[in-house]
Amino acid sequence: MATESEKTYAYFLGCLTPNRYPGIEFATIEAFKRLGVKLVDLKGASCCPAPGVFGSFDLETWSTIAARNLLLAELQGNMITMTCNGCYGSLQETNALLHEKPLLKARVNKTLKDVMGQEYKGTVQVKHTIEVLRDDIGFEKIRDAVVRPLTGLKVAIHYGCHFLKPSKVRGQGSSERPHVLDDFIEALGAESVNYKDRNMCCGAGGGVRAQFKDVALDFTSEKIQNMLAAGAEVLTTPCAFCHFQFDVGQQELNKTCGTKYNLPVIFFTQLLAIALGISPLDLGFESHNTPVEPFLKKLQL
Amino acid sequence: MIQRLVRVIGMTLDKEKVVRVRDTGFQDEIVETGEKCLPDIDKVRTCIQCGTCVGGCPSGRRTAWRIKTLFQKALIGLKDEVLKSDDLWACTTCYTCSERCPRGVPTTDVVRVIRNLAFRAGYAKKPHLATCGYLFKAGHAVPIDDKTKLIRKKLGLSELPPTTHTYPEALQQVNLICEKTGFKSIWDEQWKKAQEKK
Repeated sequence: MATESEKTYAYFLGCLTPNRYPGIEFATIEAFKRLGVKLVDLKGASCCPAPGVFGSFDLETWSTIAARNLLLAELQGNMITMTCNGCYGSLQETNALLHEKPLLKARVNKTLKDVMGQEYKGTVQVKHTIEVLRDDIGFEKIRDAVVRPLTGLKVAIHYGCHFLKPSKVRGQGSSERPHVLDDFIEALGAESVNYKDRNMCCGAGGGVRAQFKDVALDFTSEKIQNMLAAGAEVLTTPCAFCHFQFDVGQQELNKTCGTKYNLPVIFFTQLLAIALGISPLDLGFESHNTPVEPFLKKLQL
Repeated sequence: MIQRLVRVIGMTLDKEKVVRVRDTGFQDEIVETGEKCLPDIDKVRTCIQCGTCVGGCPSGRRTAWRIKTLFQKALIGLKDEVLKSDDLWACTTCYTCSERCPRGVPTTDVVRVIRNLAFRAGYAKKPHLATCGYLFKAGHAVPIDDKTKLIRKKLGLSELPPTTHTYPEALQQVNLICEKTGFKSIWDEQWKKAQEKK
């Protein structure tokens, strides 16, 4: 019991969480603290780096920068966790590749040795915050810790591609019928609504948002329509990049295509924080582009 | 060593003569480049053009991007067409095709490898090059802004996150990695070219 309550992770922040949505960072640290998991700074961490651009340009540079971030956690002696599927993808996949490809590991370590004076041994465990909640804390315990159940709230879950896929690498079970977040949402007292093409991508990944914004927004528009058609009152995701795409994307669509989308986008740890009794005033909602008021009103906050 | 046979084939399409350059070593180049970093890239040779990948592709529903066509062109060696193509950048890397390929081809990984070759051949897109520029400057693909600094302070977080934003020596390490792998020099050259185009 004692060891369980003392679990510590290095919190890999990435880019969008600390630099656009600090409320996600705060909600995650605060909620995890209340559930007995300590998140500590990973000092000097960089971009993961973004799999869409850096993985597409140069796989070896991508995995070396990712390995540097893993090395920082190894030197701390901590496991690593994050609130973005892109970061999870880069770090988790690099970790697996370094185990599988000894020649790649040797080249990566040669560069790290030159730059940092240290090599990455490969001892770090990479876990998404969802996995920490599921495996280290447990949804039953979360259910018991909820003081403000989100009863009656209809939530559209967007898993985001890189948490589940490639399933052979991620090991999260079926990518066609995932349910871990549904179980989580239900533990908070809310209802997960099924909607058409639920597992479809948000459109932002792979560098598509940067290069073909209209294409990326077309994905987003289709997803929002499908969520609204199913009666969703709020959208939640475990990925800061998908969160950004839905939050900013709805307003971009309203400006350019005359739509009137206003589906509040609340990060899954922000929902958790609210259910655990943390004040919504402390969740940095002023960073959100799509108004969150309908959501707060629904919960009478 | 890659065995190269470059042939020129002529085709008649209506009355127009189309000349396409086939580089039969391209298949090997993809596999050899990919296998340095990723597993199972050689499975791309077993693609049977069944189209399962295109059937599940959300990008293909709204653009001209056809991943199956990319593989077909890549396998017969239409290297320039493949590397130059704008559509190559319409894949969001959602991995739906990769999950469903009946031959077990790691389709999305093959796209990543082909994009690596396109980058080296000078076909990188400017917005992506710009994103790399942010990494060199800040260590983040999305650096902090003034509005977020204020919100961080209000929440009781440090004004700058404890990342490369706070530790200049960490930023230097990231830049050194990019220099040592040769990434920075390819980027410099392409960024210069992209600036001139404007």
